Amino acid sequence: MTMNTLPRRLLSSLTFVVGTGLLLAMLVMALLGPWLYPQGPWTVAGAPMTWPGADAALPLGTDALGRDILAGLLHGARVSLLIGAAATAVALCVGIVVGTLTGYFGGWVDDLLMRLTDAVQTVPPFLLAIVVVLIVNPSVASIVGAIALISWPTVARLVRAEFMRLREADFVSACRLMGMRPARIIFVQMLPNAIPPIVVSSSIMVASAILIESGLAFLGLGDPNVISWGTMVGLGRSDLRAGWYLVVIPGLAIMLSVLALNLLGDGLNDALNTRLSP
Amino acid sequence: MSPSALLQVQDMRLGLADGTALVDGVSWSLAAGQTLAVVGESGSGKSLSAMALMGLLPPAVRWLGGQAHFEGQALRDLSERDYRQIQGRRIGMIFQEPMTSLNPVMRIGDQLVEVLRCHLPLSARAARDRAVELLASVQIPQPEQRISHYPHQMSGGQRQRVMIAMALACDPALLLADEPTTALDVTVQADILQLLREQQQRRALGVLLITHDLGVVSQVADHVVVMYAGQVMEQGPVAQVLSQPAHPYTQGLLRARPSGKLARSERLHEIAGMVAAPTRERLGCPFAARCASALPQCAREQPPVVRPAPERLAACWLVSQGAAP
Amino acid sequence: MNFLRYLLRRLAQAALVLGLVIVLQFLLLHLAPGDVADVIAGESQASDPAFVQQLRSELGLDRPLPMQLLLHLQRVVTLDWGQAHSMDAPVWQLIAERLPGTALLMVSALLLAIVLGVALGILAALHARRGLDGLISVLALLFYATPGFLVGIGLILIFTVQLQWLPMSGMSSLYGDASWWQRSVDTARHLLMPMVSLSLFYVAIYTRLMRAAMLEVLPMDHVRTARAKGLGRWRIVWHHAARNALLPIVTMAGLQVSSLLGGSVIVETIFGWPGIGRLAFEAVFKRDVPLVMGILLLSSVLVLLVSLLVDLIYTRLDPRIRLR
Repeated sequence: MTMNTLPRRLLSSLTFVVGTGLLLAMLVMALLGPWLYPQGPWTVAGAPMTWPGADAALPLGTDALGRDILAGLLHGARVSLLIGAAATAVALCVGIVVGTLTGYFGGWVDDLLMRLTDAVQTVPPFLLAIVVVLIVNPSVASIVGAIALISWPTVARLVRAEFMRLREADFVSACRLMGMRPARIIFVQMLPNAIPPIVVSSSIMVASAILIESGLAFLGLGDPNVISWGTMVGLGRSDLRAGWYLVVIPGLAIMLSVLALNLLGDGLNDALNTRLSP
Repeated sequence: MSPSALLQVQDMRLGLADGTALVDGVSWSLAAGQTLAVVGESGSGKSLSAMALMGLLPPAVRWLGGQAHFEGQALRDLSERDYRQIQGRRIGMIFQEPMTSLNPVMRIGDQLVEVLRCHLPLSARAARDRAVELLASVQIPQPEQRISHYPHQMSGGQRQRVMIAMALACDPALLLADEPTTALDVTVQADILQLLREQQQRRALGVLLITHDLGVVSQVADHVVVMYAGQVMEQGPVAQVLSQPAHPYTQGLLRARPSGKLARSERLHEIAGMVAAPTRERLGCPFAARCASALPQCAREQPPVVRPAPERLAACWLVSQGAAP
Repeated sequence: MNFLRYLLRRLAQAALVLGLVIVLQFLLLHLAPGDVADVIAGESQASDPAFVQQLRSELGLDRPLPMQLLLHLQRVVTLDWGQAHSMDAPVWQLIAERLPGTALLMVSALLLAIVLGVALGILAALHARRGLDGLISVLALLFYATPGFLVGIGLILIFTVQLQWLPMSGMSSLYGDASWWQRSVDTARHLLMPMVSLSLFYVAIYTRLMRAAMLEVLPMDHVRTARAKGLGRWRIVWHHAARNALLPIVTMAGLQVSSLLGGSVIVETIFGWPGIGRLAFEAVFKRDVPLVMGILLLSSVLVLLVSLLVDLIYTRLDPRIRLR
C-alpha cells in the first residue's frame, strides 16, 4: 500500500471526512477561546440565567452566576482537548514501551509485565481515576496522569499482540539471522508495522479520555482553576428546571467531539485496513 | 432432451449485474435414477450452475438468461419462499467441505431432526427415531450414541456421511453433490462414492455430481458434461466420452491424468495456459487460446454444437468439420 | 479432570493478580502526601502532635514499610477492612449494605445492553450496507458518544421535570407497609432511568460487536448448508448464525463488569441510587481512605470473580472446548 493512495482513500471515506471536519471545528473553537474572550470564562458577563438567543451579546446565554456560556464553551474546548490529547500521548508512550518489551522478549518479562497490566486493569478504571485524582489533588497534570494510568494497558496489549504476531513473520526471522541488534529490529522493522492499529486506537483513546475527563469534572474532581465542559454540566445540573440549556450545550459539545474522534478512527481503520470488507 | 426428465437445464446463463457471464449458455438434462457428472476446472462455472439450481446463488450473481425445470416446475423465477419447499425436500445438496459444512455448536441429531421436522409432519420422538435410522443407513456405527455427538467428534468421512443423510432425509428426487469427495482421503473417497451409488439405487435418485476429478466420473457417472469457462464443451454417456473424447479440451483433460504408465523421462502432459477471466462479450470458443488444434475461426466465431454420435454433443469447429483433432 | 485442573490454574492466577492489586493499592495509599493518621486527625480536628503519634502507632504506621504491607495483607484477608471514619461504621458493613443496590443496577443494565445490542446487531447485519444498517450504526454511534451523565440528566429532564412520570432519585418512595408487588413496581420505577443511563453506552458496543460477529458467521459453510435444507429464515438466523456469533459476545459481557462499576459511580450519584458507586464518590470527597480502599478492593475482587466465572462458562458453552 503506497503512500499516495492513502490520502485518497482517506478523503473518499465519508466517516473520515465528517470526523475530521467536526474535529477541526472543535480545534477552531479551542483556538478562538482566548482570542475572543481574553478575560476568561469566569468573569460575569451579563444577567444570570439569560436564555440563549435572548441577548445578542450573549448568544448562548449565561449561567446562574451570569457567566457567558459561549466563553465557557470555547475555553472548555481547550481544556478537554488538551487533556484528552496529553493523556493519550502519555498512555501511548508507556503502553508502547511495555507492549514492545513483552511482545518481543516474551518469557518472564512477559509474565511479570502482563500480571502488572492485569492488576491495573482489574480495578474499575473510573474508580481508579477518581482515587488517583483525589490523592494527588485535582489539577490538569494529575487528571492527565490518572487518565493515562487507566489507558496504557489497552495500548500495551495491542502492541504486544502485534509484536507477537510480527515476531513469527519471515522478515523478522531474516533480520535476526542477519545478526541485527534487537533494538534495531524493534525500532526499524517491527514498530513501523505496528503503527496502523495504534493510530486507529489512539483516536478512540482520545475520545475515551475526553469522556473520562468530563465525568471527573462533572463530579467536581476537575482542576478548580480551569473550566471544562464537564464542569459546566456539573454546575448546570442544579439549575436544571430553570435552564436546561446549561446542561445540554456543553453536553452536546462533549458528544460531538467524541463522535468526531470516533468517526476519525473508523475512517482511519477503513483506510488502513488492507483486508477487503465483507 | 426428453420431456420426462427429472431436471432440465436450457441455455442457462448466470452472471453479474453488468452482464459479465459466468455461466454462458449451458444445457443438459437428467433423468431419475441417473448420475450426471459436470466436470471442469475451477472457474468453469460448474459449482455456480448447481447453486443456481438449488436457489443458493450469491447476491452478486443472477440469472441472465435461460431456464431450468425440475419435476416440471420452472426454477428461474421462484420466490425464496417457494424455493424453501424444494430445498431439503425435493432436492438435497451436499458440499465439498464436510469439516465446516455442519454447525459446530449443534448436535448431529438436532441437525438431522431439524430438516425432518421442517418438511415432514413428524413428532419430536418420531423425528429422532428417523434420524437414528438415517445415520444407520449411511453406515455410521452406533447411531443411537452418535445422535448426541457434535461434528468435531467425528472424522471427515463420517461428517460427509452425515451430510448425505441430511440431504436425503426427506426422500428427495434429486441430489446435488458439489465435489463431495475432494476434501477427503482417497480411501474414504471410494467409500463415499459407494454410499452414493447405493443410495441412488435404493431410492431411484437423480444425482448431479460436480467434480474436477475424471476418476470419480468414471466410477459413478452415467453421463458427463464437460464445462470450460462457463460453456459446455462436450457431453454424452461417460463410457463414450472418456474412451473417445471428441473435444480437444476433453482430450487434454484425459491426457493430463497421471496414469502410472509414463516412462521415466517423459513429462506429465498439461494443458498450457490459464483459464481466461470472464468478459462481457463472447468471442468465439473460450478454449481457443489454449487449444493445440485451434482453427482460425475458433477465436472469432462461436463454434456450432454438433453430434459426433447419437447421444453425444460437442461444441467445436474441428468436430463440426468431421476432422479428427 | 481437565476441567478441575483448569479451574485450579485460573484460581491461582486470580489470586496472584489480586495479590498484586492489593500491593499496588497499598503503595498508592502511601504515595499520598501525609498519611492516614494525618487525614483522620484532620477530620476530627485534633491536631495535637501527640495524639497523631498515638494514632500512628495504633495503626502501625510507624513500622517499616514491608511490615506495614504484611499487616495490610493480613487485615484484608481477615476482612478487617477498618472503620470508615466519615460515616462512623465499619467499612465492610457499609459496603455490604450498598452492594445489592449496585448489583441490581449493573445486572439489569447489562441485560438490557445485551438483549438490545444483540437484537440491533442482528438486524444491522441482515440489512448490511442498506438503509436499516446505516440507521442502526448511526444510532449506535450516538449512544457511544453520549456521556452517561448527559443521558441521565436528559432522561430526568424529560421524564421527571416535563412529564413527571418517573422519580428522579433513590431506590424507593414507599413508606410503611407495602406488598411485595408494590415494592417491586416501585423499585422498578426508580430503576428505569438509571438502568437506561448506564446501559446505553454498552448497547452501542454490543450492537457493533454482534453486527461484526454476524457478518463473519453468515457467509460460513454451515449457514449455506442450513439454507440448502430449506429451513425458515429466522431459524437460520438464530440457530445457525446468532448462536454461533454470540459465544464471544458472552465473554465480552463478563469483561465489562469493570467498566460498568466505574460508570455506576456517575449514574448512582446523579440518581441518588444507594450503591457502592455513590458510596465511593462520597468516600473520596470526604477523604475517607479506608472506605475508598475497601471499595477499590471489593471491586477488584468482583472483577476477578466475574472474569473467572465467564471463562468457565465459556468452556462449558462451546462444545468444541468442552468435549476435547
